[in-house]
Amino acid sequence: MKRRGLFFRKSTDAIIKLLSLVFVALALVVMFWILFTVCARGIEAFGWAFFVEPTKPYGIPDGGIANALLGTVFITLGAVVIGVPPGILGGIYLSEFARDNVFGNVIRFSANVMMGIPSIICGLFVYAMLVFTTGHFSGFAGSVALSVIMFPVILRTTEDMLRMVPDSLRESALAIGMPRWRATFSVICRAARSGLVTGVLLAIARVSGETAPLLFTALWSDDWPFKFFSQPTANLTVTINEYATNSPFQIMHTRAWGAALVITVIILLLNISCRIIFKNKEHTS
Amino acid sequence: MVNENGDKIKISVQNLNFFYGSHQALFDNNLDILENRVTAVIGPSGCGKSTHLRAFNRIFELYPEQRAEGSIILDNENILNRGVDILELRRKVGMIFQKPTPFPMSVFDNVAYGLKLHFNLNKAQTAERVEKALCGASLWDEVKDKLKKSGMALSGGQQQRLCIARAIAAEPEVLLMDEPTSAIDPVGTLKVENLIEELKAKFTIVIVTHNMQQAARISDHTAFFYEGRIIEYDRTEKIFTSPANQKTEEYVTGRFG
Amino acid sequence: MQPECSDRFFKIITGAAALLAGLLMFGFFIQLFWYALPAIRTFGWRFLVSSEWDPVKQTYGALPSILGTLITTGLAILIAVPICFIVSMFLVETAPKWLSVPVSHALDLLAAIPSIIYGMWGLFVFVPFMQNTVQPFMADKLHLKSVPFFGNDYNGFGFLTSGIILALMIMPFICAVMRDVFKMVPPVLKESAFGAGATSWEVTFDITMKYGARGLLGAVFLGLGRAVGETMAVLFVIGNIQTVPKSLFQAGTTIAATLANNFAEAEGIFRSALFELGLILLAMSFLIQVLAQLWLKRVSRQMGEK
Repeated sequence: MKRRGLFFRKSTDAIIKLLSLVFVALALVVMFWILFTVCARGIEAFGWAFFVEPTKPYGIPDGGIANALLGTVFITLGAVVIGVPPGILGGIYLSEFARDNVFGNVIRFSANVMMGIPSIICGLFVYAMLVFTTGHFSGFAGSVALSVIMFPVILRTTEDMLRMVPDSLRESALAIGMPRWRATFSVICRAARSGLVTGVLLAIARVSGETAPLLFTALWSDDWPFKFFSQPTANLTVTINEYATNSPFQIMHTRAWGAALVITVIILLLNISCRIIFKNKEHTS
Repeated sequence: MVNENGDKIKISVQNLNFFYGSHQALFDNNLDILENRVTAVIGPSGCGKSTHLRAFNRIFELYPEQRAEGSIILDNENILNRGVDILELRRKVGMIFQKPTPFPMSVFDNVAYGLKLHFNLNKAQTAERVEKALCGASLWDEVKDKLKKSGMALSGGQQQRLCIARAIAAEPEVLLMDEPTSAIDPVGTLKVENLIEELKAKFTIVIVTHNMQQAARISDHTAFFYEGRIIEYDRTEKIFTSPANQKTEEYVTGRFG
Repeated sequence: MQPECSDRFFKIITGAAALLAGLLMFGFFIQLFWYALPAIRTFGWRFLVSSEWDPVKQTYGALPSILGTLITTGLAILIAVPICFIVSMFLVETAPKWLSVPVSHALDLLAAIPSIIYGMWGLFVFVPFMQNTVQPFMADKLHLKSVPFFGNDYNGFGFLTSGIILALMIMPFICAVMRDVFKMVPPVLKESAFGAGATSWEVTFDITMKYGARGLLGAVFLGLGRAVGETMAVLFVIGNIQTVPKSLFQAGTTIAATLANNFAEAEGIFRSALFELGLILLAMSFLIQVLAQLWLKRVSRQMGEK
């Protein structure tokens, strides 16, 4: 029988190995390039005024990002208040009452699909719902848009986390005569606590860097974000967008980099703390 | 190589030491495996019998912390030498695993896979050799109508014989079997055992087994391993009827293990 | 309250919250359709194939945006998928632990970085790099300027740049899924392929890839879904010009970029046309997601039978 040459097979293998090293190196280079640029350019903007002064139009000295930072916090917290409770309740329903029925599968399906819908669509949706009807942009509309993005994520992670709780725990809670709702909140949710917290934190990390939905809802402003329900509200990401694309001035670009560094650090910290929480949990159980 | 009785030696293991990191699993093993015989390797769990088998095709090299020292001489060549071509070695030494491992493809492609790796064949030649291999593994009659079906859809015993067919398609000289029947039902086990009987005419077979009746039924020679050492190696009848070593006797009579 | 009664209440409340997922999904379509209705009535089917974009004459066409979305998404997938395949194969199968663990963590963190950061980096760092280094090299040294779909006019912005930035952005996601797929393959199956005398590339390509085909395709769909609606990373580097694309070096637009760029000053029929663009984008990503979900379900059922 005719034998296949080993040389060709082995060189293919070697070439692929080399290629993979090149690609990994390339990925690392680009990653450090991005992080380095954000850090190096962002740090230039840092200073006392940058963190305590609100954003100011070009030409007025001592502009900062304090109002945008606070606005981002407000909008994100608002999204948590609006989006997390229904997300967790819905997750409970899927895991406790609808494991394998048609309704549950339809909901699961639409939640999965919703997670893949572009965030800009959520912005458009909330614009039509809250901005067009009330006639003004507002931080609240921004919160709603972000909560629409958060909701399916929390729904699905809650379900997954609760499903990991063993059935024996459910049964023993019900066996001592607890009503279902009580068993769910005080036993099952408690057992899955760190998973639920991680899910919420990751959802926060995901939405706090969103820009597109806020363009249609919260917009942007130079004021402090205290007219949260009735006025365009300052936030970091739209500020970055404004400063980076709509301004020709170097000082604005620098501030945009500063804001970018702030938001990146916040999000990375959120992600890293999630990992630590989840890891600790794995070690103790 | 020939031993004192005039039997041809296929594999000669000399002073084999094996390490998992700093833990030594095999100690100075010597073993001559005879051509066209079935050699059974028995012993309690964790005694190093699978480790020993996995040295014969250097599959252990997938895990960087494992290493072997000494020599394993297959047809006058020490296969532990760096210069040995590992792909060619693995063609020459086929391996069957504890769990059946059909590849995620059709029955036909499973058998053709081993062939296509090593040989340049046209379609007709491939089909012919696949049929031959399946016949060789006494599986042809059972699967000839479902060659296009997934190999994973067969029963456990059929899957294991499919793996044997895949191994013999590449025309090996040695077949290593690592507890090949431990994950399949009694009927399947019987068929695999009968197959092993037939295969020894063409191949040298080394089989690790937990099941002493199986070793007694199908093997010509048996090696008893204990704590990483070969305690006794002899003809199978001898091992099971009048072992020389106390430990061997205790093991084969079921007093421990 | 009686426990039975309170439990019924509990079930209704949680069920209503779950129902919200379905309602929102419907709501998206109804809402966007309602606001797009004036544009649909005015422009009809022509909207989909027209490339006219004239705020003065109040006529709008979606063709440049749709084509731009398809091109940038396609480019991103073409670039990202093979690289991710090889990188995740390397990280799971070949790389020593001291390399694979930190690199995997780094990739996961990269997935968390907001898209606007990619956009900004693209605008200030990568666009000049493309303009001064990559595109001249491709056009002159590789002689691509005479090849159709490349061209000699470039300024750093455009489809190619957007495709690359998008690819960078979706790579961490695709890699994460692909790594999981590679890890799911039972070691004994790989050993058995190695035992048959296959090289590590052959094991990956013939065994792992077939075994994990559904997961790998799922990863591609995930990347597709991310790329198709991405706004900020593209908005900064696409150039934002309403023309039908002719070359990869050319500036253009995507649906998401058109929306983000024009919405602030849009009124009346213009806004309605933007809503219709949004509806098209929604339909596109909905289709991708539904196909992905159905596919995953179908193949996982097949795997269950085995």
